[in-house]
Amino acid sequence: MVLDDGTVFEGEGFGASATAFGEVVFNTGMVGYTEALTDPSYGGQILSLTYPLAGNYGVPRPEKDGQGIPSGFESDRVQARGLAVHSLAETASHWKLAMTLDEWLHSEGVPGIAGIDTRELASKLRSGGVMMGALSVSGDAVDPEDVLKELRRAEKYADGRFVESASVKEPVSYGSGEAVVVVDAGAKNAILRNVVSMGFRAVKVPWDSTADQIMAHSPRAVVVSNGPGDPERCEKTAAAVGRLVSEGLPALGICLGAQIMALAGGAKTYKLPYGHRGQNKPCLEEGTGRVYVTSQNHGYCVDPGSLPGSEYELWFKNADDGTVEGVRHREKPAVAVQFHPEASPGPYDCRFVFDRLAELAGAR
Amino acid sequence: MPRSESLGSVLVLGSGAIKIGEAGEFDYSGSQCLKALREDGIRSVLINPNVATIQTDTRFADKVYLLPVTPGYVESLIESERPDGIMLAYGGQTALNCGVKLDESGSLERHGIRVLGTPVEGIKRAEDRQRFKDTMGECGVPVLRSRTVSDFESAKEAAAELGYPVIVRVAYTLGGKGGGVARNEIELHEVVGRGVNASMVGQVLVEEYVGHWKQIEYEVMRDGASNSVIVCNMENVLSMRAHTGDNIVVAPSQTLDNSEYHAMRTASLGATGRVGVVGECNIQYALDPGSDRYAAIEINPRLSRSSALASKATGYPLAYMSAKIGLGYTLPELENRITRSTTACFEPSLDYVVCKHPRWDFSKFEMANRRLGPTMKSVGEVMAVGRTFEEALQKSIRMLDAGRDGLVLNRQAEPDMSGEELERALAEMDDSILYRIAQAVSAGMSTGRIRELCAVDPWFVEKMRAIVEESRSVSLEPGRLAQLKRAGFSDRQIARGAGASESEVRRARKEAGILPAVKQIDTLSAEWPAKTNYLYMTYGGDSHDLEPPGGGVLVLGAGPYRIGSSVEFDWGTVNMVWGLQENGEREVSVVNCNPETVSTDYDICSRLYFEELTLERILDIAEFERSRGVVACVGGQTANNLAPDLDGAGVQILGTRARDVDRAENRSTFSAELDKLHIRQPPWQALSSVPEAKEFARQAGYPVLVRPSYVLSGAAMRVVWSPGGLSEYVRSVPSPSPDHPVVISKFMLDSLELDVDGVCDGERVVIGAIVEHIDRAGVHSGDAMMCIPPWRLDNRIMEKVAEYTRRIALTFNVRGPFNLQFLVHDGTVYVIELNIRASRSMPFVSKMARTNLISLASRAILGRPLPDVPDGAWKNSGYGIKAPQFSFMQLDGADIVLGVEMQSTGEAACFGDSFYDALAKALTSVGYGLPSGGAALVTAGGARAKEDLLGTVALLSKLGFRVLATEHTAEFFRGRLDGPVEVVHKISEPGREPNIADLLHGRKIDFIINVPSTSTMEKYAGMLYDEYQIRRKALEMGVPVLTTTEMAESFVRTLEWLKSNETTRRPLEPYSR
Repeated sequence: MVLDDGTVFEGEGFGASATAFGEVVFNTGMVGYTEALTDPSYGGQILSLTYPLAGNYGVPRPEKDGQGIPSGFESDRVQARGLAVHSLAETASHWKLAMTLDEWLHSEGVPGIAGIDTRELASKLRSGGVMMGALSVSGDAVDPEDVLKELRRAEKYADGRFVESASVKEPVSYGSGEAVVVVDAGAKNAILRNVVSMGFRAVKVPWDSTADQIMAHSPRAVVVSNGPGDPERCEKTAAAVGRLVSEGLPALGICLGAQIMALAGGAKTYKLPYGHRGQNKPCLEEGTGRVYVTSQNHGYCVDPGSLPGSEYELWFKNADDGTVEGVRHREKPAVAVQFHPEASPGPYDCRFVFDRLAELAGAR
Repeated sequence: MPRSESLGSVLVLGSGAIKIGEAGEFDYSGSQCLKALREDGIRSVLINPNVATIQTDTRFADKVYLLPVTPGYVESLIESERPDGIMLAYGGQTALNCGVKLDESGSLERHGIRVLGTPVEGIKRAEDRQRFKDTMGECGVPVLRSRTVSDFESAKEAAAELGYPVIVRVAYTLGGKGGGVARNEIELHEVVGRGVNASMVGQVLVEEYVGHWKQIEYEVMRDGASNSVIVCNMENVLSMRAHTGDNIVVAPSQTLDNSEYHAMRTASLGATGRVGVVGECNIQYALDPGSDRYAAIEINPRLSRSSALASKATGYPLAYMSAKIGLGYTLPELENRITRSTTACFEPSLDYVVCKHPRWDFSKFEMANRRLGPTMKSVGEVMAVGRTFEEALQKSIRMLDAGRDGLVLNRQAEPDMSGEELERALAEMDDSILYRIAQAVSAGMSTGRIRELCAVDPWFVEKMRAIVEESRSVSLEPGRLAQLKRAGFSDRQIARGAGASESEVRRARKEAGILPAVKQIDTLSAEWPAKTNYLYMTYGGDSHDLEPPGGGVLVLGAGPYRIGSSVEFDWGTVNMVWGLQENGEREVSVVNCNPETVSTDYDICSRLYFEELTLERILDIAEFERSRGVVACVGGQTANNLAPDLDGAGVQILGTRARDVDRAENRSTFSAELDKLHIRQPPWQALSSVPEAKEFARQAGYPVLVRPSYVLSGAAMRVVWSPGGLSEYVRSVPSPSPDHPVVISKFMLDSLELDVDGVCDGERVVIGAIVEHIDRAGVHSGDAMMCIPPWRLDNRIMEKVAEYTRRIALTFNVRGPFNLQFLVHDGTVYVIELNIRASRSMPFVSKMARTNLISLASRAILGRPLPDVPDGAWKNSGYGIKAPQFSFMQLDGADIVLGVEMQSTGEAACFGDSFYDALAKALTSVGYGLPSGGAALVTAGGARAKEDLLGTVALLSKLGFRVLATEHTAEFFRGRLDGPVEVVHKISEPGREPNIADLLHGRKIDFIINVPSTSTMEKYAGMLYDEYQIRRKALEMGVPVLTTTEMAESFVRTLEWLKSNETTRRPLEPYSR
């Protein structure tokens, strides 16, 4: 693995023999690598796990719940471009086991590296900010110099258009009942699961659906999903959602979706030096003083300084660094959270956010 | 200001003496609690008779009472100290149970005292088996099928309904005491009987047995505003089969996927919310390895061994935070103590794997059953940190200091076993289960079969397989070497595998640049900058997290608690660090690996290495630190044993020079020096053959004391009474040779034993105190009752002992702490041994003499002169008595007769105006009931013992106790007492009434005097089985048994004293220096 600053990590390759380029990020969660790797928000990124032992319980059999939503996986493929770990379990053990992590990445065409000092990598990214990197796995010797040259030529993360490829092309519907439209900027399956479990039919629509296209489903509410990349690249989504919110359609934004809603409401976003990725992030609710432990995966964030002039006010902030973790509309039934109330991976403590959506939808 | 202004002072209950299931972890949690109180300006009052703890120094607490943690004593403190609040969660089950009783008696309410932390109502919801089940039901957390019963008949019905096997669990006990698995009705009868007795409320839970399920634990922090976080989750390698205290535990869990991890995490938050926990608690689950079914097993609404482990495993100071929450703070108001910039309301993320390994001491208890099960039997534990499981596991094995260097490639080969024997060993797991798994792997047994037999998850078995595979090709080739180091192999293992010496491996390794990296334990996987000094070493890393300034001092801790090395050495380690700091030493680092300690709190020293106390690792650390020197004299035998090799490797040992220590430890040079000083010692000889030994014994006369001259784990000291016994002993130890002789000495019967603890700076000797053993010589000094000042010695002897002490300390150029042991026989003083290091009795002596000996020792170690200390302060400040605490109850089968091998797990000490004042409190502290009337059973072996007991039994009779005795003993006493002697019959004669067994069961006996005759101190001869049965049965029924004439006499005289006196209750006075 070669970083943009020239740092080289040599280790043992696994998964696919291939070279991947992407923004190198780290996640501090200690479980949930199948969920993380299939989270579309990792599009364009190489993921490093700070927990040193990876693959212990392997990869589960693909199974779908009663509504046809896959369990254990957050999308239908591995979304991260590469995986870096300290120690890979050669054999795995679990009653749901289908294959090892190595076998899975191999079948998905994604390269992995093991045996590197992932703590050193995390410390580097923390102090220097996230950067582009290349992960090259080959049966032959790999020349880091060549890889670095290729890396310099590769498309930069900031230039990537990841949402397009992560999103559905046509609406897909799950469950039964009244519709809640999920605007798919790279939605995790867990969002669908939660919407369905509230008694709604989840209709996943393309990220660039217009307000009219969304309204054609007669939704009780709209959810703007998580997804990869810079929210400013999702103008179309922002335009559609902005209109729906102003018309009073109850709305919930999650992660990228929260940033898109904030942009639509006149706030600004910016990129964090190394993002928040993990399952232990404390978020303080304004007004109640309650702190919730949340699951997070984001590199961009809503600028708190831009909120006063916008349609949104602060709802949650990060108890560690004070960044914006949730906003609510000053007048309309619209809320948005930077963290992942749908969990998977991570804690379920914020499921109440979906209850809130149901309340808003029910009150309409 | 979050805390309530009305809290002016708070009473904290300690856990008392260390016992199996309640060990040093409560010194850690109590100290943290007191620290948290002090920070808030709250006056703290501590009650705890455990004299060897840091918390009972007057450093953290404003007032310390060395008194029993019983409702009576606590209530008297409540009356005199008038605290506003009480903390029940920091003194283990002892404190919790005491608090519940105080609440039930209305005492707390009467005095207007608030319980800080989880309210008593919440404690009951967690502790009472039925209410726990109901509470879990209310919040939708599954539990196992079970029924609460209080007698055998209903237990039988329950078991029939649930189907065998069933597990019997006991309410309100520690370490699973009294519980057990029953596979049939007969076993059920026994376990239920024992359990109902052990339970405070006379009830047990009969539950479906899920031994092969995974055992998972979560540590929860919850504040009064309902914010709650999981600080750590842990997985038990040996499944539900072994008590978590006896399990190999990893953190975080390794084999759980996201949905399992978070399902139980969510359940934990729901359950603690429903119980109403305020502060810290531990929840234990069983998880089916074949489905997503799980069940909550129990909640501990207090700090526990697991919470101490979780604190050390994550760097999150649970006890401190819990105390702050008890004071009314919310989690978001508290800061992460590691980053000092982020909030405490978060969940630690680990970027390493932690492995806790229990330390058992079965070899000290000859008849004890080594099987692991639902009752905890271990006496201590270690925690290893690594970046692979293989590394952490092998490190943990070395940390135990029990003779093994890792899973494989050990000095002693594992016993040869047939396939069938191996299968049985796996199915009936005992303390060697890991090595049996390794053997099974080597023998080609499949992972599936191993799992079937021992219920260890295949992931762990595969990791052990990986270690075994690595060990098959050991060489010094750099690539192999690096690979082996990453798998946790020590240089010593590699040396053994490659046929090289340890130093050759070290050289080859360093030449190849294969060195461990120093990493921080920072609670959040490097996500935030952390300036923490909490460190470990690993071969799973390329870079160090920090660079030390160099030139500091490294203090070696004592490693795991075990019989003979307990919290007193942690007291020594911590006081040494403080002493060095107070004497101007700025860079003081500590190495230790015991998560139950205060010394492994990272805010004590400059840098804390949670590491192995092995030569290899200490050299690694000393080289990394560029230490000026190492202090090895406060960490007990483990640290002390490292000194010669460290010295040999060029590391400066601070304090007494290594060669002087060696002069004292080598029996020949030591003897020669004593001869030069004209100081006597019991005749001894180092012998390398059996005939030589027999000749010596014949000349000196039996009995003789024999022991191997070098420290060998498990090799015991023994008193031998006959040539036959001598031959038998020699057969049981590796054959004596000139390199490894057996030391044999005259065992002097009818002697008094003395200990002297002191400090010397090379010129000046400070004697802490002369300590007299109440029991006769022959009872191990760790098991003996001790008294300051001596109460049976005249001044002439005391002066002679003091004079000898000074001369010996100066002769051996002692610069630091030392301990001398003496015998007094027929008015002559003999020296037994000199230990140039901190001793077990030093905290007791320091507190009694109000002179912190370790603090003084730190000056001597830094080469500064000792101050003038007035002689003999300890003679004129009343009496101090130290009493041993035994944990025989936890060890099925263990006999309670005392001998030359130490068996006690802890101790308590109390001070008083008179001998009996102190003794009454000390006895109460270690669990003796002091009845004011009732019946005593007396059985004595041999005429001599009966003769010796006559005065005591006569007094007993005079005090109005009924005297019961077995036939022969009764015959002896009849007519010699004021009152009658009632004849009772032996347990081995069940047909004859009245029988001792029935009387014990009917609680018709209040205490037992059972003194085996001296010649039958050679235990376990068949004829003594009956006495053994009496002692064992009494123990299980909670009836005190006195096994020496001295103890019997002291006990009865204490009862007499209590008829017309009351014990004093004064606080401990602070050290005057």
